[in-house]
Amino acid sequence: MSSPAGASPAAAHPAAAAAAPSPAATIRLTVNGVVHTVQAAPGTPLLYVLRDDLALRGPRFGCGLGQCGACTVHLDGAAVRSCTIPVAAAAGRRITTLEGLGPAGRLHPVQQAFVDEQAMQCGYCVNGWIMTAAALLARTPNPSDAEVRSALAGLICRCGAHMRMLRAVRRAAQSRG
Amino acid sequence: MINPTLSRRRLLAAGGAVVVGFAMPALTGRGGEAAAAPGTGMPAPDALDSWLAIGPDGRVTVFTDKVDLGMGVSTAFAQIAADELDVPVQSVSIVMGDTARTPDQGGVGGSTSIAVGAVPVRQAAAEARRVLVGLAADRLGVAADTLAVRDGVVYAPDDPTKSASYGDLIGGRRFNIAVTGSAPVKAPDQYKIVGTSVPRIDIPAKAAGAFTYIVDVRVPGMLHGRVIRPPVPGARLVSAGSAEGLPGVHRIVAKGNFVGVVADTEWHAVQAARNLKVTWSAPRVPWPAMADLYTAMWSMTPTTRRVMAQAGDVDGAMRGAARTIEARYAWPFQSHAMMGPSCAIADVSDRGATIWSSTQHPHQLQHGIADLLGLAPGAVHVIWVEGSGSYGRAGMDDAAGDAAILSQAVGRPVRVQWMRADETGWDPKGPPVVVSVRAGVDAQGNVLAWDYVARGFSGSGIPAAATTGGNMLAGQLVGLEARGFDVPTVVQENYAFPAKRKTGEIVPWPQDGSPLRTANLRAPSQPATTFGGESFVDEMAAALRIDPVDFRLRYLRNPRDAAVVRAAAQHAGWAPRPSPRPDISRLGVTTGRGFAYAPRGNTLIATIAEVEVNQATGQVHVTRLVLAHDCGLIINPDGLRGTIEANLIQSTSRALKEEVRFGPSGVASVDWATYPILRAPEAPDRIEVVLVNRPDLPPYGAGEPATVATAPAIANAIFDATGARLRTVPFTPERVKAALADRTWPAA
Repeated sequence: MSSPAGASPAAAHPAAAAAAPSPAATIRLTVNGVVHTVQAAPGTPLLYVLRDDLALRGPRFGCGLGQCGACTVHLDGAAVRSCTIPVAAAAGRRITTLEGLGPAGRLHPVQQAFVDEQAMQCGYCVNGWIMTAAALLARTPNPSDAEVRSALAGLICRCGAHMRMLRAVRRAAQSRG
Repeated sequence: MINPTLSRRRLLAAGGAVVVGFAMPALTGRGGEAAAAPGTGMPAPDALDSWLAIGPDGRVTVFTDKVDLGMGVSTAFAQIAADELDVPVQSVSIVMGDTARTPDQGGVGGSTSIAVGAVPVRQAAAEARRVLVGLAADRLGVAADTLAVRDGVVYAPDDPTKSASYGDLIGGRRFNIAVTGSAPVKAPDQYKIVGTSVPRIDIPAKAAGAFTYIVDVRVPGMLHGRVIRPPVPGARLVSAGSAEGLPGVHRIVAKGNFVGVVADTEWHAVQAARNLKVTWSAPRVPWPAMADLYTAMWSMTPTTRRVMAQAGDVDGAMRGAARTIEARYAWPFQSHAMMGPSCAIADVSDRGATIWSSTQHPHQLQHGIADLLGLAPGAVHVIWVEGSGSYGRAGMDDAAGDAAILSQAVGRPVRVQWMRADETGWDPKGPPVVVSVRAGVDAQGNVLAWDYVARGFSGSGIPAAATTGGNMLAGQLVGLEARGFDVPTVVQENYAFPAKRKTGEIVPWPQDGSPLRTANLRAPSQPATTFGGESFVDEMAAALRIDPVDFRLRYLRNPRDAAVVRAAAQHAGWAPRPSPRPDISRLGVTTGRGFAYAPRGNTLIATIAEVEVNQATGQVHVTRLVLAHDCGLIINPDGLRGTIEANLIQSTSRALKEEVRFGPSGVASVDWATYPILRAPEAPDRIEVVLVNRPDLPPYGAGEPATVATAPAIANAIFDATGARLRTVPFTPERVKAALADRTWPAA
């Protein structure tokens, strides 16, 4: 069932994913470098396919409304909310989850910085913070504190681990710099 | 389960793969001696084997009913056990909250996991060490008191040939002894692991996306459920609609006023719950208008009025006072608003029920589920799996009840995860509290009397633990009776005012089947009562033109209270002067500092807030928080700092932003747009934590005390900056602007 990344054909345009229930289609997804074939209605939010069909644990359901970021994945390197993206819109694109963020078997520098700073309480939200920060540092390697806070403004952390997570992002930026 | 011993060994495998290695030898050798029968009953609290097991390779598994809510308590337990046993902390695994595997310790609440919950673990570890040293003495042919232990190896310091590892001595076998409590535990000066910042054992897997949360649990044959709630409390189900046209739906379950859908996939369940045509009756809500809430609370006749503490002749002293000061304060409904909506998996069959839940009270939920389903408690097995961080009685137990009813209806395992609106809209709410305080002072400015009244709602229906079916939302909706409790709330403080009275009052509130049920939310009601008390202390100090720290120190006679107050002030560089600050500009951005102190149980904190107030917009930005914290002996300084910092952020959010909105059509705060909380740009610029370690004292609680004094510290800082007094939480821009418009000018 696996083939190299990038082998997936063009999928249905997201506009084709109507709100009403639609019959399941065969959809090929490239997730963390592996191509998967899933049966899903094209309008199914990507999050449910990643979690329930592909058994991934990094992206989590927080609100289903795009308000909190717990479900964040990278789509062609950009941080997006998988709870509001129809699975069909992700076909043919490079999907990266927390599990696949680092090089094989190793943590990404942002993940490592979160470990080093002990930057979480329960950690349920931390997927969103790590994935969003990694996308930020990929395009802005040395962000100011205000840029970091602004880039992370769309995320919720209910426990309140903000200070350590902000420190972790700064640490990751320095370790990459 | 096939055999109690085998099942325990198999279950042990979940806590560490090494443990399974001795399953068969243990079974064949000692299987008939299994004292406890996991799966059929609770491990006996007086048996050493109920608390810890040691594998052939020396790995230690600790069993506790206390569960980790995301604050790192599992790491602290590992440190305590490792230190007492003299094993590396990395060799300890923790099994938490399983009704078949862990003794009942009453669940988690009140910051007691380490203060109370770790005591038997420490004792069992000490007992185990004593037994192991004795076994080694027999084997090595030397006296036990000549042996030492390092890294799980018992050895004779004067003879390197004489040693035996814990794995060799007991590995895979049971101790089969009672915990007598007579084994000496180490003195604090002997600790090597307790008191050090051991990195949290759960964090690497969490950062990698490899951790198993409750939402990751999958059971073979599992279906997915979602619930549909009535629009307002008291609405009766008229029609639950049909599954026709809803793809993948297995069953619509309607029972009383409980409605749920069960579908083959999660997305089908979500869509079915969204699209199902459900008809409800439309009763009037049993609430006052939101804007009238506090007026209504003060106008109601209390069902209970209890003097919680009294000293001296308050009324007499008040009559003789040269001057009296009084004020009222109000705290709103707030939501736990857990990051991850509640989730549970239930597998109910004619053989019994297995429930996977992130409940804070596994053994209590066992009884609640049994009551809900009509089963014997022994037929229910509750397995705790870590969830999104929780801070009291949020939706976890209610979701377990939902899953149980749905699974019982369809005869298959059902996973229920609440949607965001189910969680924020329907979790049991932190209750509103109104506070009235009056003080009498003499002509020299000394406080003569202090009369404090806190008024809150009955806790009816939602005790901390779901011990009955009626204490779960699903139970209330199917018509089970809620059995609640009424405990008046009281402020915690240690001021030595000559005359002092603290009264708690309860006014009635409709609880059953309501989205405005009230329940414990982090340091239950103390943020509200301390907001009233510490704001008022600040008002007294201001009225008497005394520095707020000096004023507190005049009346704090307990040296630990005074020390924590001084520690915060010293660290913050607090310069003594009365509030408000001199030379306040009436326009533009102004800054100020505020102080608040509180005990919570035996833990003491002092919080300093520094704020910027934009007087044009009413926006408040907390630039700096300093908190001094004395919780007795510290187990893990860095873990403690992390939990304190998070408490400060969460309580800043509650102070500045959080209020559940409601009206005639129900609760309107249902997601992060309608119940906004603090986000990264609004987080303070700096948080500084001063830990006051007390190795001579036992460890007290630290999970929530740091939350209780943030709101008054911020309110006092706003007053210091502007001369405007905020007496109602949250300090929204509208409220700040109204307070600025109301201020007497010149201030003070």
